[in-house]
Amino acid sequence: MKVIVCVKQVPDTSGKVAVNPDGTLNRASMATIINPDDKNAVEAALTLKDNTGCEVVVVTMGPPPAEGMLRELIAMGADRGVLVSGREFGGSDTFATSQILAAAIKKIGLEADDIVLCGRQAIDGDTAQVGSQIAEKLDIPQISYAADIKVEGTKVTVKRMLEDGHMTIETQTPCLVTCIKELNEPRYMSVGGIFDCYKKPVDVYDYNTLKDDPLIEVDTIGLKGSPTNIFKSFTPPQKGVGRMLEGADKNTCAELAAELLKKHII
Amino acid sequence: MAEFNNTNLADFSGVWVFCEQRQGELQPTVLELISEARKLADDMGVEVCGLLLGGKGVGEKMAKELGAYGADKVIVCEDDKLETFTTDAYAKVICDTVMDRKPEIMLIAATNIGRDLGPRCAARLHTGLTADCTHLDVDVEKYVSFLKESSTLPQAQLDALNREDRNLKMTRPAFGGHLMATIICPRFRPQMATVRPGVLKKGEYNEAKANAVVVENIAANLTDADIKTKVTEIVKEAKEMVDLTGAEVIVSVGRGISKDVEGGINLAKQLADELGGIVAGSRAAVDAGWLTADHQVGQTGKTVRPRLYIALGISGAIQHKAGMQDSECIVAVNKADAAPIFECADYGICGDLFKVVPLMIDAIKEAKASK
Repeated sequence: MKVIVCVKQVPDTSGKVAVNPDGTLNRASMATIINPDDKNAVEAALTLKDNTGCEVVVVTMGPPPAEGMLRELIAMGADRGVLVSGREFGGSDTFATSQILAAAIKKIGLEADDIVLCGRQAIDGDTAQVGSQIAEKLDIPQISYAADIKVEGTKVTVKRMLEDGHMTIETQTPCLVTCIKELNEPRYMSVGGIFDCYKKPVDVYDYNTLKDDPLIEVDTIGLKGSPTNIFKSFTPPQKGVGRMLEGADKNTCAELAAELLKKHII
Repeated sequence: MAEFNNTNLADFSGVWVFCEQRQGELQPTVLELISEARKLADDMGVEVCGLLLGGKGVGEKMAKELGAYGADKVIVCEDDKLETFTTDAYAKVICDTVMDRKPEIMLIAATNIGRDLGPRCAARLHTGLTADCTHLDVDVEKYVSFLKESSTLPQAQLDALNREDRNLKMTRPAFGGHLMATIICPRFRPQMATVRPGVLKKGEYNEAKANAVVVENIAANLTDADIKTKVTEIVKEAKEMVDLTGAEVIVSVGRGISKDVEGGINLAKQLADELGGIVAGSRAAVDAGWLTADHQVGQTGKTVRPRLYIALGISGAIQHKAGMQDSECIVAVNKADAAPIFECADYGICGDLFKVVPLMIDAIKEAKASK
């Protein structure tokens, strides 16, 4: 058995978010981190490794510097990394991204007892779409919003969170599970892991590596293969210093409630 | 079924809504989607159709209500295999029906189920899906008025928009509302969006429309082999008290409740309950032992970005603001008119929280009733 974990490097939005004058995100000025939910997915994989001795492969699509993130994950305990990188892949929306990542997972090799893990969603796009879309492209079952994962042989049992409770869902490998932060507390890199992380392999898959897969076509990857396009992006009007409402009585509160209603907040 | 060609845009017509129900209960947000679909469909001169999947009896139970809020028609698929949601079964029925009937637009509520199901369907249909939308337009004039109010884009850019454009313009926030993006799906159909619950407005119940709704029953054509997951248990749970980072509404208390700690927390809870939110606190409130550490907002606590953050009796130290200033809307109540919290608040009320909060609860109740 092996566990393939899809991870993404994202701008750290816990600091100041920098926006260009044209309304796009100024990524260059922001530090990058491993997407938080993806770290929970890696931890889930490493827990399975602790219990079963399975192999853990971390895969990311991104520019060459994303290799550094894969090395960090290897220092946490992953066995090897795959960096999917190429200018043909740039500008991909979630549909095109899932085509490419599914092709990469096929290249790594998805065996009958393997599991694919993803974070629920990335903090830069917040779409939560790529995991489900990879599962569709691989034609394997998916279980999203996992707060607990148990694996016994080829049987996978997941506690799947809903807004008002949860479901327990069983399926068979190979399958894809998306992970949420309630699942676990990600471990730190170990000293030995940091020492060894450059000794373990990180393969680079470019367009040529994947081009023979039927999922990889000019009109299914990159900007040209993305069904969705950004039509406009913009910043909301600046938050003023705020407004002090007159008084502190019934009318004041009614005015506040009316404002919140107008803004669809209540 | 003829081969599905999703690039011949002229073949596609109508606005569809996936009508999510759980264990025979329609999700309330579906009525918001139906109302919105009605507006879009009126702008386009087409029909609104609800797609309702579930166990026996869901059509009888829900179709009229869907009609009342704007559905011209409801396609009902009842089957034992659809009684409980599984991605496999629902995706198959939805995709088969979409390929057969070819709607132009498909809306799905951005619930934990919708956000699981939508991407799977969009991937199978080879079309685009925009996640967690908060605003939708087809009509360009309406889109321009929206941008005028909600963006800082210069007028020239708004004037330059093609007035004939009939694409669905799907707007969504990114980075906690720091950035808004309008997404289009110009080359494929249906144009799909998941829509954030509670944002779009539910219309008026219309009795005549309820009686006029056309119901069409279709067969599911599902086999056991189609469904590769098995739901063994469904558990309903009360809301977790302290999931601050995921909360939509947070009512936070600080030193200002010191004269009656229990009463202050109680008021905060009542206000939070009214808004469907949870209670949190400043470092002062946690250090004093009034709330446990997992309730703490701020640099040394949690960073939160709810849609609404209400600060009660919190002065607004820098370390507290670091944890909440990116909230979409901030309301502050404090006795001191110079409290720094007012600098980052959208709405400030200078007064005694013990007097203001009960009035606020009443006012919110009234405002909600008037919706």
